[in-house]
Amino acid sequence: MGEFTVHRVRFFHYMPSGICAMAFNRRTERLAVARTDGSVELYSRTDHFFQEKVVPGRQQRSIQALCWVGKRLFGAGLSGEIAEFDLDNLRLKFSQDAYGGPIWSIVCNPQGTHLAAGCEDGTVKLFEILEDQIRFERNMGGQKGRIISLAWHSSGTKIAAGMIDMIKVFDLDSGNAVQRLLVERGSRMQQSQECVVWSVLFLSDIIVSGDSAGKVKMWDVNTGTLIKNHQVTEWDVLTLSVSQDETSLFAGTSEGTVVQFQLLDVVLGQEEKEWVRTRTFKNHTHDVIALAEADTVIISGGMDTQLVVRPLLDKLDFKSRDSSLLKILFPQRSLVSCAKKAGLLLFQYPTHLELWLKTCPSVHLMCLFPVRLGLQGEDHVCCSAVAPCGEWIAYSTTSGIRLYRLQRDNKNVSITKVPKLPKVLRHAHQLCFSPDSSHLYGTTSSAVHVVALTSAGCKFEHSLKPNSCVDSDGKFLASANSNSEIHIYNMHKLKAHCTVPVYRSGVSAMGIHPETNNLVIVHADHQIFEFSIEQMQYTDWSRRVQKEGLHHVWLERDTPVINVTFNPQNPNHVILHDSYMFCIIDQSLPLPDRKSQFHNQLTLKSLPEAERLKHSHAFKECKLYQPLLCVDMLENQSLVVVERPLLDITTNLPAPVRQKKFAT
Amino acid sequence: MAALYEATTLCVLNVGPGGSDSGISGIEPSADDDQVVVTDSARSVTVYKVSDKKALGSWTVKQGQTVTCPAIYNPQTSEYVVVTDSKVIRVWKDSDINIDRAFKTTVSADVWRVLSVPDSEPLVLFQRGAVRRLDTLLADPQQPVENVLPEEAVIRWSAVLNVEQQPCLMFLSEQKGETLLLMQRRHPDSAARYRLEGGEAPLSCSALPCDGGVRLFCLYSSGSVYESVVPIRGAGGVVEEVQPLPRTLLLNLPVGEGKLESASAVSLDDAHVALVGVPHPSAGPGKDFLCIWNTNFQTLQAAKEMAGRIYGQLWCSCGKLYVPHGKSLSVIPFKCQKSSLAAAMGKLRQAGSNGTIASAEEVQKKVSAFLSNLKNLHVIQVAAGGLASVLVSRCQEQPGFYPHSALVQLVHSQCLSYSVCPHLLTLALEKKDYALCQFCLQVFPDIPEAVACSCLKAFLSESDGTLDTVSLERDSVAFVEGLIANSTQEGGETQSSMPLDMKCPVGLHKAVLLNEILQVAYSDCFLLLHLKTLSAPQVILFLQYLQFLYGKYSQDLHTQVSALRSPAMTQILDWICLLVDAHFTVLVMAPEARELLSHLHKVVRLQVKVFSELGKIEGCLQALQKAKQSGDVCQYSIEVIELF
Repeated sequence: MGEFTVHRVRFFHYMPSGICAMAFNRRTERLAVARTDGSVELYSRTDHFFQEKVVPGRQQRSIQALCWVGKRLFGAGLSGEIAEFDLDNLRLKFSQDAYGGPIWSIVCNPQGTHLAAGCEDGTVKLFEILEDQIRFERNMGGQKGRIISLAWHSSGTKIAAGMIDMIKVFDLDSGNAVQRLLVERGSRMQQSQECVVWSVLFLSDIIVSGDSAGKVKMWDVNTGTLIKNHQVTEWDVLTLSVSQDETSLFAGTSEGTVVQFQLLDVVLGQEEKEWVRTRTFKNHTHDVIALAEADTVIISGGMDTQLVVRPLLDKLDFKSRDSSLLKILFPQRSLVSCAKKAGLLLFQYPTHLELWLKTCPSVHLMCLFPVRLGLQGEDHVCCSAVAPCGEWIAYSTTSGIRLYRLQRDNKNVSITKVPKLPKVLRHAHQLCFSPDSSHLYGTTSSAVHVVALTSAGCKFEHSLKPNSCVDSDGKFLASANSNSEIHIYNMHKLKAHCTVPVYRSGVSAMGIHPETNNLVIVHADHQIFEFSIEQMQYTDWSRRVQKEGLHHVWLERDTPVINVTFNPQNPNHVILHDSYMFCIIDQSLPLPDRKSQFHNQLTLKSLPEAERLKHSHAFKECKLYQPLLCVDMLENQSLVVVERPLLDITTNLPAPVRQKKFAT
Repeated sequence: MAALYEATTLCVLNVGPGGSDSGISGIEPSADDDQVVVTDSARSVTVYKVSDKKALGSWTVKQGQTVTCPAIYNPQTSEYVVVTDSKVIRVWKDSDINIDRAFKTTVSADVWRVLSVPDSEPLVLFQRGAVRRLDTLLADPQQPVENVLPEEAVIRWSAVLNVEQQPCLMFLSEQKGETLLLMQRRHPDSAARYRLEGGEAPLSCSALPCDGGVRLFCLYSSGSVYESVVPIRGAGGVVEEVQPLPRTLLLNLPVGEGKLESASAVSLDDAHVALVGVPHPSAGPGKDFLCIWNTNFQTLQAAKEMAGRIYGQLWCSCGKLYVPHGKSLSVIPFKCQKSSLAAAMGKLRQAGSNGTIASAEEVQKKVSAFLSNLKNLHVIQVAAGGLASVLVSRCQEQPGFYPHSALVQLVHSQCLSYSVCPHLLTLALEKKDYALCQFCLQVFPDIPEAVACSCLKAFLSESDGTLDTVSLERDSVAFVEGLIANSTQEGGETQSSMPLDMKCPVGLHKAVLLNEILQVAYSDCFLLLHLKTLSAPQVILFLQYLQFLYGKYSQDLHTQVSALRSPAMTQILDWICLLVDAHFTVLVMAPEARELLSHLHKVVRLQVKVFSELGKIEGCLQALQKAKQSGDVCQYSIEVIELF
């Protein structure tokens, strides 16, 4: 295969934000995850937890709770506002002040007609959900003491509210508190300290609470008496989650553990059942703040920023993607764009961009220095791109797109903002430049907008409908949307060219080959297709892949491929990468069959050169660099690898709760 | 093991005149596992719900009529069937209130029993041996019935078993001092006759299906239980000639004087048999017991005293035994675990039992011979356990009998454990046989905390003088001698601030025995309970000894004294902790313990110091490891890789 020069870049200080809320929609099988930077991510359960959409964050926005109402997603936070997210346009639809101070919790009733918000002023505020807004209906409670957690009974007539040192049960008909359950710290030493009920659950006949004394308590709904008390941790129990059939319960703690309780027969075969603490999972180093239970998996997230999907069917004999632990730490889209011709790297941070220029003309050295591009406004960057020639930089927030022109002579670099961007282009989900840097393509939920770039300025050229992933080779432009429909446009005629047959899994990355005009599509389930745009059909190689099937090792990878690029020197080479490896596919070589060794680099290395060809297959995988944020190939056949060492992320996290270890 | 659970009274008996008859003629399973049909020997049939001890229904025939066969429940039709006055078959349902209004029909010959057949129509067995299906009989009640048995023959017992998914009817008939077993099957139609060995009719019979046949258990009035295996032939056909049926002795139960009069045996599974009316081997006369015996091991598995007179009747249905006694019918649930060593035990039946009259010396010889003969480990374990149990129970019964060397030999064979023979160690303690105690402590892996603690108490309270006369195992004595010798050598020379050098507070042999206690496996929460029963002087003495040991160990002297078995440092420390935990308040109050406590305190402080130093070292080592890992991290580098 040959040697590659690798520019190993570790100066992208990407820092993921902690997870602060989660909500799982059983109907659509979507998981919404809110992070401390205010962003909301949507994952598809059916598609191996592929990150489908990201609503970018905003400064000062904090989300304490998320709530699905049908297909609508509501969020509320310490700003005191309840907001609905527009999941098509990936921004806020509206937000409404609840006038109750910071909101700690929102829940919707089982019928999906009302929202309840637990506020700092001690009231539970009821809102009616209307078509395009929510309307305040009434207050319940209202003495001092903030309401930290809420749970709605499945009958819809009662709400349990977790407060400080107590739980109150409100009756919806009268609006009065019908029960008051006192939650005490228990041990005499700490009685003066208050006990915060971080989470409550309202099951059909019991209320379950998790509190800052580290206890999970089960209360009888009718009598209000404590039935069972489980001391789970020395620290706080922050979140609880229950399975739909109410037989399994999970508690997330500050120690980073998730504890499972199950409703089991006291004596086998008899009616009497009891909640028994069964399993403890420790997959987090920091607080587990949010939990969601999705049938056979428990999803947990917290301050250590990773989303852990723990399958509960761990007794399965065969290994598959569904039965293995999944940790999602890195974004499943590229935060790095690389100007191939100019050798430029653009790093996208939430609040600024960083541009690294190659100053030295020599081939092997990339003397770099950063140019920092601050953002205006409070919105975070949702996408960014740099033109291949290195002259243009564009980024988009939810409120607008900005285009910059980069001019440099020898040592000086000047960045000027290009004024008067076309009004149509107010917000983009994806930005992309044409290979000759003459056009900028921006996608919105409904269309692809084409802007022509000239040294004098920019001009709106055309809107192509409809459309998230874009890639273009100058002549053709391909765009994929969240329904995994791929449209191909002919950019010379500015017309739709054709569509690619829809596959069941989301498109995680695609790329158009600059020479053959073949579109390589990689889906979230790791299937690879190659579509010949000119012939409007799958290529022979693609058919061969589908016929012979991909190797199971490839299909079992748990992070999706986030970038497809090509080797300019060798048209047979397709370069793919996910978070933990990059892979060069040599289309001229045979595919690995089921029984052959997939990771065969070491074996091939040990073989004499004559025999190598006999044993080699198309997938050349390299795991030397981990975790990866970007792999791209420059024109001189050198690879740029952007790494973000895990250790750097963990050292930047706040200190976890102190745990007693032996002899410390 | 088998177990008998708490007995409950199902109903009060209607005891017949003279009190010799229980008044119950049969108990049969009913609609579900929790219901039984109890047939009065006079006139009535009652259905009970067993768990509620409640009668669900009761039917009585008219004055002048008698019930001559136990009523059965026919699950196929949900009907009850009973025979009155030997010839009248009555069939009724739960909903029928009056039995006289229910269906009845008269047949042409005397009926002996109606037998319910699992998953099939019940069978009617006539007194002269003919068999009919109930439905065919009811269809034509007056059909002629042939005579299979001669007139003088009497049917003693009958049963229906499912063998290879086919019902198989068998019954015993007695005539002219000869007992025949007749067996009939449909599909294929076959009949066979067997002559029981011995001739005499058994007191009670019970049958179980087994591979390729039926196992028949018979209890005779001599107290013996015999087993016969009746083969089932695959092919049909009637075998007219009478075949002999060989038998093997399973149990020979002590009967006392005379013979058994009324007793009953029911086989529970292939290894357990329940008996009433047979005296308990170790209880006095005049008491009646329900016993479960293991026929493989010939051991009594469980026994329950039955108050009042026993009528020699016993039924078993759905995991429960039904025993009429005194004035009540008791239900006793039972459980039998699988006896897996059945095959192996077949050869060893006589091993333990022939020593019962022998003197201690003879026992010794026999035991030696027994141990030298047996090579198979599995066999020896069970057999040795049985043998030891027999010896121990004899020792308990006869105060003068104590075969010390035989017991030592058995323990030395390493085949015993505490649970196999639980009374051996307590016996040794009672007899002050400390040498045997030591062996037991060394060999048994499963000594309960309570027993270990009572050993400890006995050792501590025994005077050194008595103990020194006991001959103990040489290696362990040598070990303690080494420790004490070291202490006397160096005791005078060094005067450290720590009380590491002190005289051994107990005598040599006592130290040896205490060492054995230290090495016993235990669980601390159980042990703590029993440790609390130690008296204050015992605790102080033991703590002093432990402190002495700790001092020796921390001087590294014990490494110079080699021994096969010696208490570990952690064992010593754990015991100190447990003792202090159990008796802390007592120790604080006792003035003589003050010095001891302050010394122990110093020891603890020393340990804490050591561990904190170790913690520091651990930190340093971790830092070193980290320093190694982060070797070549830099922000940007250019590398060349080669892909193949």
